[in-house]
Amino acid sequence: MEPLTSKKKVLEQKPLTFAERMYLPAIMKGMSITISHFFKKEATIRYPEVEREFSTNFRGMHSLKRDEDGRERCTACGLCALSCPAEAITMIAAERKPEEKELYREEKYAAVYEINMLRCIFCGLCEEACPKEAIYLDGPIVPADYLRKDFIYGKDKLVEAPLEKK
Amino acid sequence: MDISFVIEKFILVAIIFGISLLIAMYSTYAERKVAAFLQDRLGPDRAGPFGILQPLADGVKMFMKEEIVPANSSKWLFMVGPGLAMLTACIGTAVIPWGSPVTIGGRIIPLQVTDINVGILYIFGVVSLGVYGVMIGGWASNNKYSLLSAIRAASQNISYEIAMGLSIIALLLVTGTMSLKEITEQQHGWHWNVLYQPVGFILFMVCAFAETNRAPFDLPECETELIGGYHTEYSSMKLGFYLFAEYINMFVSSAVMATLYFGGYNYPGMDTMAVWLGPTWAPLFGTAVFFFKIFAFIFFFMWVRWTIPRFRYDQLMHLGWKMLIPLAIANIIVTGLVIAYIEKF
Repeated sequence: MEPLTSKKKVLEQKPLTFAERMYLPAIMKGMSITISHFFKKEATIRYPEVEREFSTNFRGMHSLKRDEDGRERCTACGLCALSCPAEAITMIAAERKPEEKELYREEKYAAVYEINMLRCIFCGLCEEACPKEAIYLDGPIVPADYLRKDFIYGKDKLVEAPLEKK
Repeated sequence: MDISFVIEKFILVAIIFGISLLIAMYSTYAERKVAAFLQDRLGPDRAGPFGILQPLADGVKMFMKEEIVPANSSKWLFMVGPGLAMLTACIGTAVIPWGSPVTIGGRIIPLQVTDINVGILYIFGVVSLGVYGVMIGGWASNNKYSLLSAIRAASQNISYEIAMGLSIIALLLVTGTMSLKEITEQQHGWHWNVLYQPVGFILFMVCAFAETNRAPFDLPECETELIGGYHTEYSSMKLGFYLFAEYINMFVSSAVMATLYFGGYNYPGMDTMAVWLGPTWAPLFGTAVFFFKIFAFIFFFMWVRWTIPRFRYDQLMHLGWKMLIPLAIANIIVTGLVIAYIEKF
């Protein structure tokens, strides 16, 4: 068959020269290459102790945000759960009582808000769907665990730390 | 022969045995670390600081694993194989002079278990027995891969033993003795045999690589062709013994190379050091130097393993029979002529 390109290169096999048959020069060359790597800095990042710097648009663990007064922004509208392609989010809504005004921004809030981290695919659609800017995937990598039930993260793990009292 | 002599030898044997096991243990760790550093990685670093407890963890793992004996194997030989490999690996250390005699409390204690006058031949005998562990294990497994590997190991070891023996003959022409103790004493200071026998040393080292089944001559256990090699069917601590025996072999052949060619416990400027340190500490310092040489060789073994790809089997045989043996014979002839010339004039 005619070659389709002109890039074909015919390799000719020459018999090994005497120096090549001695093996030793080539071995020495190879060993000098490997020993130079011995003193190079390794590329490994010791993960649990040292964390790689994430890019600005990295999507990690979710966090439920608070507003400037320290009240939870989430109003349990359910749009995040609806948008979630992996059906990882569930929530139970509750009505805010008058004395809870300091805690929740809207009159309705999420009493239970759970994300199953094994189902979540970190696509960020919940973040885009949220009308209240309440959920962001701005956390670190979700850590490993031993039991499936421990991957269902509730509000205790998701909600941002409260603002410090002035 | 008094009782203190027996006790003294017993302690020495126990120490040497312990040290060779310890070194074999940490060779597995060092191998993984060296491999990692040569490949820009970190290596094991989780068990203890820098991972120094890794060998212990590996040992525990080996003991905890299920022991499987194949149904159609020859049970007795299957059990004997790893034990024999371990035994032959360990007894080689008996004739190696670890240091010049130490004076402790007026007693002069030689740091060598026994100084037999055919030390080199003893080493050869033990090394050639080493292949039996591999052969018996491979045959008793009743597995085609194991058998193939055992055959490979046998023919490889026999082929390279010839070149090894011939390279030693040239050394014997120079030293005129087979006692390892005397050979070491002759290399006092910097008169190391490698300066008189460079070709012989390279031949001996290549053969030592082949004898210990180390890369690039690790054909008996090449994973890509033979699954695991002769220990394919082995599990638990029996497998551990085989792997361990390989590292002890490496230690022993490093020690032999350091003794025969690199002056053993001799180092330049040892006479001034002997005056300075006194009769107790100077020999021990010499022993430390000897161990430094051994570690350097072990590092070299590992460095080679992570650099050079494995030989093809026909290349291995070609190298052994058509290159190393003629070269070794030529080396003998040249050495003999030079010695005859020096003695004549």
